Amino acid sequence: MKYILQLLFRSVMDVAPLLVVIFFFQLVVIGESFPNTPRMLAGIALVIAGLFLFMRGLELALFPLGESLAFSFAAKGDVKILLAFAVAIGYTATMAEPALIVVAEKAEKITEGSLQAFTLRNTVAGGVAIGIALGCIRIILGHPIHYYFIAGYVMVMAMTAMAPTKIIGLAYDIGGVTTSTVTVPLVTALGVGLASSISGRNPLIDGFGLVAFAAMTPMVTVMIYGILVL
Amino acid sequence: MSAHGVILGDMLSVFRDVAPVLMVALFFQFVVLRARLPNARRIAGGFLALVAGLYLFMIGLDIGIFPIGEAMAEKFSRPEHQRWTIVFAFCIGYATTMAEPALLAVTQKAEEVSSGGLKSFRLRNAVALGVALALSVGVYRISTGDPLWVYILVGYAVALTLTWFAPKEIVPLAYDSGGVTTSTITVPLVAALGLGLAANTPGRDPLIDGFGLIAFASVFPMITVLGYAVMMKTIILYRKRGDRR
Repeated sequence: MKYILQLLFRSVMDVAPLLVVIFFFQLVVIGESFPNTPRMLAGIALVIAGLFLFMRGLELALFPLGESLAFSFAAKGDVKILLAFAVAIGYTATMAEPALIVVAEKAEKITEGSLQAFTLRNTVAGGVAIGIALGCIRIILGHPIHYYFIAGYVMVMAMTAMAPTKIIGLAYDIGGVTTSTVTVPLVTALGVGLASSISGRNPLIDGFGLVAFAAMTPMVTVMIYGILVL
Repeated sequence: MSAHGVILGDMLSVFRDVAPVLMVALFFQFVVLRARLPNARRIAGGFLALVAGLYLFMIGLDIGIFPIGEAMAEKFSRPEHQRWTIVFAFCIGYATTMAEPALLAVTQKAEEVSSGGLKSFRLRNAVALGVALALSVGVYRISTGDPLWVYILVGYAVALTLTWFAPKEIVPLAYDSGGVTTSTITVPLVAALGLGLAANTPGRDPLIDGFGLIAFASVFPMITVLGYAVMMKTIILYRKRGDRR
């Protein structure tokens, strides 16, 4: 019970800065009262309750599921199955991502159809799939993450020089919208679980980083797509 | 949007978020690996809490935060409020990031794995400061019209340089924080600010200039998290030297 209250208090504290900013700018800077106070207060209460339930769900379900999968993969000892999982989770989660659907449709409109929304989503999902698989390989091999990053961003920069202007902002932004609130915790728990079950790997040094891979590789695939069709 | 639209639309988007991930995970667990799931009942209960939580969170944002936040972002993107634009960008970047669920998940895990050595609250503060700086610089860039890639290139160069000096335990986490900063809460407000600014500044294309803000918010948190770690390392080194004397 005490723990539940603590968690609830933390959810209130997490939302508090946002409330302070909104109240300050509305009441002090703009100097107007809120247009619909009861509705806003109800919304704030829902946000806090939602965050609280989400955090409970993380601890009870998403983290244990990710770890259990990681341990099973490690026990099986078959890298191919692990990579198949990485590709499957990266691809399906990204294809279903609501934010990406919106961005892809916008991109199709801007380019008057030279970029197809569906192909663009596939390109991004393929990028995420490759990224998570590559990230899993890195965990198994125990390589330092920044080598992969230097290579990845050198590619991004080289392609920036070649790519049409229209695709650049889109490609840069796409890294940020690929990973959803459900995928991130699962993938994080998977990485940490893998690193803890392979001997000689440190969960902090080797376990984290999958999300970063999932954000980097789609930039590369989107740039390639842009260079090919635009 | 009508209340009905919000309730149905959010339900659909939560379902789209959760269903594919859950299906792939369960398929591999039970069909491919043929492994049992320990505490299956607890996990099922947890998933219900997670889905209900995300759903309430999004409805709450849609009815309570976004209408007022987007109206503000639109207001502060107008030239007559120019003095406040950067301040607003900084504050809203910090505040939305502190409440971002995906970031909470990653920093929570880091605290757990490091047995409390890395504090979730401090990490989130470093990331939130990064997003705050990112939005301020991004707003400045829209007003000057400098090319996006120059800033991104410099940003990555700084991040890589700091990687050299940072303790290696923090590096993957810092890179991860770049990818998780911008999702549920931050993107709609930032998009409103960026598009509004680009539309209100002569000579800017909303579609080219309005989008870069999110990219900035992925680079700067890496810098602040690594910077924070380097700073702490230096302070600890100094203290140790002092003790020896």
